[in-house]
Amino acid sequence: MNMLKKIWLILKTPTSAAVGFVIALGFFGGVIFWGGFNTTLELTNTEEFCIGCHEMGDNVYQEYKETIHYANRSGVRATCPDCHVPKDWTHKIIRKIAASKEVWGKITGIIDTRDKFQEHRKSMALREWKRMKDNDSRECRNCHNFEYMDFSEQGSRSVKMHSTALASGEKTCIDCHKGIAHELPDMKDVEGWH
Amino acid sequence: MKKLITGLVLLGAVANAVAQKDDSSIDTFVNNGGVESLRGKAELNETRQSDKMKRVLKDRDVVERNYVHQPPVIPHQIRGYKVDLKSNKCLSCHGWKYAKKVGATKVSPTHFETRDGMTLSDISPRRYFCQQCHVPQVDAKPLVKNDFKAVKSLSYK
Repeated sequence: MNMLKKIWLILKTPTSAAVGFVIALGFFGGVIFWGGFNTTLELTNTEEFCIGCHEMGDNVYQEYKETIHYANRSGVRATCPDCHVPKDWTHKIIRKIAASKEVWGKITGIIDTRDKFQEHRKSMALREWKRMKDNDSRECRNCHNFEYMDFSEQGSRSVKMHSTALASGEKTCIDCHKGIAHELPDMKDVEGWH
Repeated sequence: MKKLITGLVLLGAVANAVAQKDDSSIDTFVNNGGVESLRGKAELNETRQSDKMKRVLKDRDVVERNYVHQPPVIPHQIRGYKVDLKSNKCLSCHGWKYAKKVGATKVSPTHFETRDGMTLSDISPRRYFCQQCHVPQVDAKPLVKNDFKAVKSLSYK
């Protein structure tokens, strides 16, 4: 009991504790806090979490299941966060903070039916295309590295585009590769579409 | 009375057995009589193992037409190319706005005409769904011998 009182006294008046003890306490407290924070953050970065909401599970996920990023010859997959959440820390945190608006959207039920989703599809798609255009399709390039593209293995139509517009930096992946994982919205007035 | 009941029960059992025998002889009705068709020797009531999926040919040069007014076939893969009311992926290259830049064949102006012969300012709805007429090709051998020759005037050579 006396021991507990002593510890409590030290905690109440940190100045009386040894500097080393306070630093050690801060260090371990920090490890636990940071570990917990990161684990939670990574938990929100999984496919199960993303399709936990029926808005994602019933709409975009079903559409994505038809595409090459879900099923293909070699079994390599790109899941939701691979394309929609940046990999490096700074950009990831920025995206995650921006995503808090999506929590608000879930609470207010802005796209809680298929019809509402279709109505909002274009504005949501335009926002994501702009994000990818602005960061030079960073998330695509996590896997599709231009430096290692072998033109001799590509189709002639692909080579024609990749060796010119993409190589010069005039265009980025998302400029041409829209709607590769989800259904497209009405493409009227979108550049490159009839 | 007892005899009558026994007789009825026996009669019922026999009738039942006959009915069941009829059921089992259903196979004789679906027997194809040994006729071999394009789908092989399979009987009609059994599921034959499916053929291997054919691969769609990758990028190649324009495929020659066989007869006048034949819709040209698609000489490349079109996996994931959607054509619906919201978007038309084909026109992203074959539309006049883009065709020259990407080196694609322009969609013919005949596609601008309605069925009444009126010319519109854009693709006519009846000609909008490309794959109604234009289809990609797979590396498949003809099932039966075919001596058809294309007219010479359509040859590029």
